[in-house]
Amino acid sequence: MDRPIRVLVAKPGLDGHDRGAKVIARALRDAGMEVIYTGLRLTPDQIVQAALQEDVDVVALSILSGAHGHLLPKVVDKLKEEGIYDEVLVLGGGVIPEDDIPELKKAGVAEIFTPGTPTGVTIDFIKNNLKRSL
Amino acid sequence: MELGKRLLEGDKRAAARLISMIENDDPEAVAILSAYFSHTGNARVIGITGPPGAGKSTLVDKLAKLLRKKDAKVGVLAVDPTSPFSGGSILGDRIRMSDLNLDPGVFIRSMGTRGQLGGLSKSTLGAVKILDIMGMDYILIETVGVGQSEVDIVKAADSVLMVMVPGLGDDIQALKAGIMEIGDVFVINKADRDGADRTKTEIEMMLDFSHGDWRPPVSQAVAVNNIGIEELTDNLDKHWSFMKDSGKLIEKRVNNSELEIIDLTQSAILKKMMGNDDNRNRIRELAKKVAIRERDPYSISQMVLKEMIVGEEGGVKD
Repeated sequence: MDRPIRVLVAKPGLDGHDRGAKVIARALRDAGMEVIYTGLRLTPDQIVQAALQEDVDVVALSILSGAHGHLLPKVVDKLKEEGIYDEVLVLGGGVIPEDDIPELKKAGVAEIFTPGTPTGVTIDFIKNNLKRSL
Repeated sequence: MELGKRLLEGDKRAAARLISMIENDDPEAVAILSAYFSHTGNARVIGITGPPGAGKSTLVDKLAKLLRKKDAKVGVLAVDPTSPFSGGSILGDRIRMSDLNLDPGVFIRSMGTRGQLGGLSKSTLGAVKILDIMGMDYILIETVGVGQSEVDIVKAADSVLMVMVPGLGDDIQALKAGIMEIGDVFVINKADRDGADRTKTEIEMMLDFSHGDWRPPVSQAVAVNNIGIEELTDNLDKHWSFMKDSGKLIEKRVNNSELEIIDLTQSAILKKMMGNDDNRNRIRELAKKVAIRERDPYSISQMVLKEMIVGEEGGVKD
């Protein structure tokens, strides 16, 4: 069935820098996806409830506060609690040190995109790694 | 059908999935809505419309919170435009509603218009039914930011709330045909700005010209500061009572059902015509004859109707 990919773009935690999230939202829009943009300062619970209600394929989390080690795994855990982790691809983006990435992946974040990543790379990754068929 | 049962029990995940299925024209979802249709008609459906940036999402957030205080369950459908170029969209209405995410009595869904031009998406009516079946007492439909002629919301809602802001134009704008005619209740949001009183006067003057038993009330609000929300809900309640007591509610629902039947039949016909390659090729061949003036499009369309829809015996073709 031909349908648009639905992506939730969210900013977990306490940082007010949403330029990156907006750039990625715009790029995904131009790639034909439906982007649900949820704005700043959300808790993992809020993000997961929004993802559930919006029936999204992807949760893309932008974070520049340094709290990624805590917040990103928390989103994954809550998605599992709600029983939707098997359907939802979780991505991270922002200023995240190389050294932290393996740990995040182990926690269930599929990929991390750091500053300077061409948006096309993210788009291709999403298209090739969806957990449920279109 | 198991999805339908879960929906009836109020399961949010079932609702979320069914809305996606309806958006993607999944026949299973249509069958479920058809089977559970008798469970609809209980929710009060309120449309919220107005120009981009008028504060519709913020008002929806505040209205929903007030309704929650009265212990009502609230469903929100927030429509934003789909790009006609990429097919993508940015659905940003949730930004103003993030406090509601965790409320068990609230369900919010963002929808892209996906090619529909009237301010809603093709699946909005289906999504309303889904929220109705899951037991929502109120369903708030937020349209895309409208210009002058996106009036589809009248076909979907029991009451239409028109959100205006000061300073959008002179009184002639208020006189024009189109969206100004569909408001059952008016609110001037951002009323702390210059010109709010004048805008109110202009709208009142415009309404002075209209006839009918219902005179739309006009109030002011500053949604972001939660000012004017109670007066607004009072006005919406007044309209609801008027609709029920005057018999207009059932009349409106008959009208809306009529339009929906026509709409669904129209899309079924179109699907029958265009959903198969033989028919498409046949139309293409006929088009060539029309292009060189061998045939005219009027008689051809009659022929197409007979060939593809009606069938030789006069019955509907399979």
